[in-house]
Amino acid sequence: MIPFGQVAGVAAPMMAPNVDTDVIMPKMFLKGVDRSGLGEGAFNLLRFSGGKPNPDFILNQEGYRNACFLVVGPNFGCGSSREHAVWGLQQLGIRALIGTSFAGIFNDNCANNGLLTISLDPGVVTELAQAVADSSRNDVTIDLAAQTIRFDCGRRSIAFDIEPDRKEAFLTGRDFIASTLVFADDIRAFEARHRAENPWIV
Amino acid sequence: MAARTLYDKLVDAHVVRNLDDGGLVLLYVDRTVLNEYTSPQAFAGLRAAGRKVWNPKAALMVVDHVNPTAAQRTRAMPDQGAARQVDYFAENARDFGIEYFDILDPRQGIEHVVAPEQGLVMPGMVVAAGDSHSTAYGAFGALGYGIGTSDIEHYLATSTVRYRRLKTMRIHLAGAAPLGVTPKDIVMEVIRRIGADGATGFAVEFSGPVVSNMSVEGRIVISIMIVEAGARGVVIAPDQKVLDYLEGRPRAPKGEMWERAARRWLTLASDPDARFDREVTLDVSEVAPVVTWGTSPDQAIAVTETIPDPRQQAAPEREAAANRALNYMGLTPGLPIQSVPIDFAFIGSCTNSRIEDLRDAAEIFRGRHVAEGVRAIVVPGSTQVRVQAEAEGLAKVFTDAGVEWRQSGCSMCLAMNDDVLRPGERCASSTNRNFEGRQGPGARTHLMSPAMVAAAAVTGRITDVRSLLGGARQ
Repeated sequence: MIPFGQVAGVAAPMMAPNVDTDVIMPKMFLKGVDRSGLGEGAFNLLRFSGGKPNPDFILNQEGYRNACFLVVGPNFGCGSSREHAVWGLQQLGIRALIGTSFAGIFNDNCANNGLLTISLDPGVVTELAQAVADSSRNDVTIDLAAQTIRFDCGRRSIAFDIEPDRKEAFLTGRDFIASTLVFADDIRAFEARHRAENPWIV
Repeated sequence: MAARTLYDKLVDAHVVRNLDDGGLVLLYVDRTVLNEYTSPQAFAGLRAAGRKVWNPKAALMVVDHVNPTAAQRTRAMPDQGAARQVDYFAENARDFGIEYFDILDPRQGIEHVVAPEQGLVMPGMVVAAGDSHSTAYGAFGALGYGIGTSDIEHYLATSTVRYRRLKTMRIHLAGAAPLGVTPKDIVMEVIRRIGADGATGFAVEFSGPVVSNMSVEGRIVISIMIVEAGARGVVIAPDQKVLDYLEGRPRAPKGEMWERAARRWLTLASDPDARFDREVTLDVSEVAPVVTWGTSPDQAIAVTETIPDPRQQAAPEREAAANRALNYMGLTPGLPIQSVPIDFAFIGSCTNSRIEDLRDAAEIFRGRHVAEGVRAIVVPGSTQVRVQAEAEGLAKVFTDAGVEWRQSGCSMCLAMNDDVLRPGERCASSTNRNFEGRQGPGARTHLMSPAMVAAAAVTGRITDVRSLLGGARQ
């Protein structure tokens, strides 16, 4: 996964509730066996209309085309487990999502790929969304080590929580499988005990 | 020891080791089922790192998402991408030694229909699979939940996932279901009440007399569909019905081993005084058939109601979302939902494609015909369901009624194959998601029970199925 330290860039507000992974990555882009070409797929049916960029979509608007953060509504990423949604957001240049709540599988998929999700109280998210809705002050800096989001031209700052293990994994870009395989003997020991207790499980 | 929920017991029994002191654990996963579209990058990752599958016998691979459902079945896929996915899937099954059902296998079907048919999932297990609807396995007294591709790869390489313990929610279903009210209506009513994020971050246990009286198939419906309220895992205490369902299945234990397993399984339940972080109770006696009007599964009403006014929504973002949904759906507030005409009727998906669902639909179609201008298709959940439905005469009821009788697959639930609606087409659908573009760009989906879909198909508009039940016919 991509490590996340301090990242600065444009944040775009996208405050609709329940933005699902079908909207983030439509089915037409799910026919690959690798992770390529998904940047084009991200929000495709919202970004394009009749083959042309849809001017109503925030990421097509002046000042937001190179956004690397999205400030999002509740339950972002609900629906299908498709990890293509996360890969596509990353290929579009998105490094972090800031919102009130994220759907479970999507949130895990983000964590496994180094796309940072930050959950904050609704009032704080609204304040941030209102600030970045003005394209003259939509620059945001996320400092993961310090657990802060600076916005409003550096005048305001928000602190955020993150579990220590998750933070460490993001900072270092951890290889989760390699780190689990360190415990291979524990897994084998568990498996032997588990099968002795439940011999019908093969 | 403190009283524990069934969820806590299942997690406790699968902890390989704690990864922090805040509930992050390395969780052993007993079983998985793999499909051709969420697994390829996981296998590619294993290949790139030179890793093996830890326990190939614990997995099953079945083609379901991208295959056509045309009556005449061949190995040909509808497009190059699908063909490549299926080829790579077969190659991965062969190279990693995992049991594989290809499109012509008589055991093929939707993964969440096939895995139970094969007896892959048993009470007390943890089952994580690369599809959100893997909560299905809660119906068997297992902890079932969905994972993404990175976690599939992690599971394949280690038989474990990194897992943070969830809060628990009990959904108690009291009363008794009235005529015409199915498990689909019950779970849609729960979602309507608690919202599309009402169970986000929770493991859900269903309980109560309605659950006890429900068939295993019905429990699968509520276990699958509650994921549309964000449930991150589902469990239901196993009972004799689960045992009756499993006994004799290909992967179920036999003889003395079966007796031993069955005795253990019947002890699996939450302790009577176990505490849940959230309790929800629904008196099912008051539930009517439910239909969605919008583009989120919680945008739903009873079939007797009118389309709600977005101005009644609490927050401005919710009001904007409701307005956008109505615009997308081509509907206006105040309209009785029963006046809405449909173009298409779809019966299928992991939620509602089992034999009981087809019997419910056939009861409505028997002696009736699909309305002029409506196209109706039935896509059985598995090839075994298809064979059984033919043996029971249900297939003939469908074809006599003008309904297309198809081969099995996920089909129009997510429209990854060639079963896709045209922009603006309106579909009565027994599926689980009414998202924008779910059944095709611009397509309009109304979620409902299979019997309600059949009722809409024969009248040409969304219809209260109760008006067609038990009445004069033939």
